[in-house]
Amino acid sequence: MCPLVPATRGERILFLDPMTDATAEGHARDVPARGSDYFALLKPRVMSLVVFTALTGLICSGAHVHPLLGAVAVLSIAVGAGASGALNMWYDADIDRLMRRTRARPVPAGRVQSADALGMGVVLSLLSVMLMGVALNWLAAGLLAFTILFYAVVYTAWLKRSTPQNIVIGGAAGALPPVIGWAAASGQAPLNAWLLFLIIFLWTPPHSWALALYTTTDYAKAGVPMMPVARGAASTRRQILLYSLLFVPAAVAPAFTGLGGPVYLAVSALGGAMFLLLAARLYLSRSGDISDAREDGLYGVKADARPARNLFAFSILYLCLLFAALLGERLSGIAPLKALIGLNG
Amino acid sequence: MSHPAHESEEARKARQRRNWLLAGALLAFVVLVFVVTLVRLKGNVLTHP
Repeated sequence: MCPLVPATRGERILFLDPMTDATAEGHARDVPARGSDYFALLKPRVMSLVVFTALTGLICSGAHVHPLLGAVAVLSIAVGAGASGALNMWYDADIDRLMRRTRARPVPAGRVQSADALGMGVVLSLLSVMLMGVALNWLAAGLLAFTILFYAVVYTAWLKRSTPQNIVIGGAAGALPPVIGWAAASGQAPLNAWLLFLIIFLWTPPHSWALALYTTTDYAKAGVPMMPVARGAASTRRQILLYSLLFVPAAVAPAFTGLGGPVYLAVSALGGAMFLLLAARLYLSRSGDISDAREDGLYGVKADARPARNLFAFSILYLCLLFAALLGERLSGIAPLKALIGLNG
Repeated sequence: MSHPAHESEEARKARQRRNWLLAGALLAFVVLVFVVTLVRLKGNVLTHP
């Protein structure tokens, strides 16, 4: 029998067996779920980044949209993202139970039943897509439906457990919200919207693999073929550097396509240089060579894994800064660089 | 799901809270669709010749 693992929920502690469904649910079945447990199914931290990037796409489109309809668009995208999170937690409960980072989630901890998570995910998916279609337009609704299906079916149910390229291809789902926001406001999805998609798409591998380098044991235990598990740490560090070399130019590009202004250029160039420096340091380091480098939470790691932890933490900051710069420029009326230097378009 | 007849007092209260929350969410959705319809109708009427 495996040792029982304490899973905290507020002031209470439930003792769960992480290896078996029955025991875990059996221990916790009589403990009623709270509203916060259902809210946690929506992955609120992921949702906040989705809302932020979608809002940036919506504002950057430059299209006039009624404030209420704009708010409904962002709400639909947030609920759609939350729905796909719930579907992910429903499907992945078996492997979530095996990983330290995820075993306290509501379904593996037994606080919310699988069927409830599935029902919530399906209902919220349908409502969010319908609301987007009725309130804004069906291009945005179609993109939202595609995103939810792609994340829940293509990434979660297929790629995640079958290929080390899981987060590369699956990253498309996380990259679509700014395009959906743009389409919701304007009814179109032009190249600049897809440039925002490309930025997040190319950001995802270095970001996710940097984290995976110091959580290898968890992924290996759960049988998830993340890159460090399937190909080893050295190969992962090399691929992180390669993707970073693709990502940084893409991040600077909006300054030259009529999307970003001088502030964006400064933020993207300086932050990009820092990103490349951290990726190069990681490449030259031994991060991931030790099988379990985590000490406490997401950011507490042993010395060897610090380059990976540093890139992971900075990647979040850099992406936020990029989108904040775009959003700030649009809201404060700073013209795009292309207009300032008098180029057409 | 355990049968309501066998559930504890705490579980019964939690179920009731959940039901009220669901009812509130559904009502909010209906109101939102109604308001969105008004806004879209108004926009279409104003742009109609």
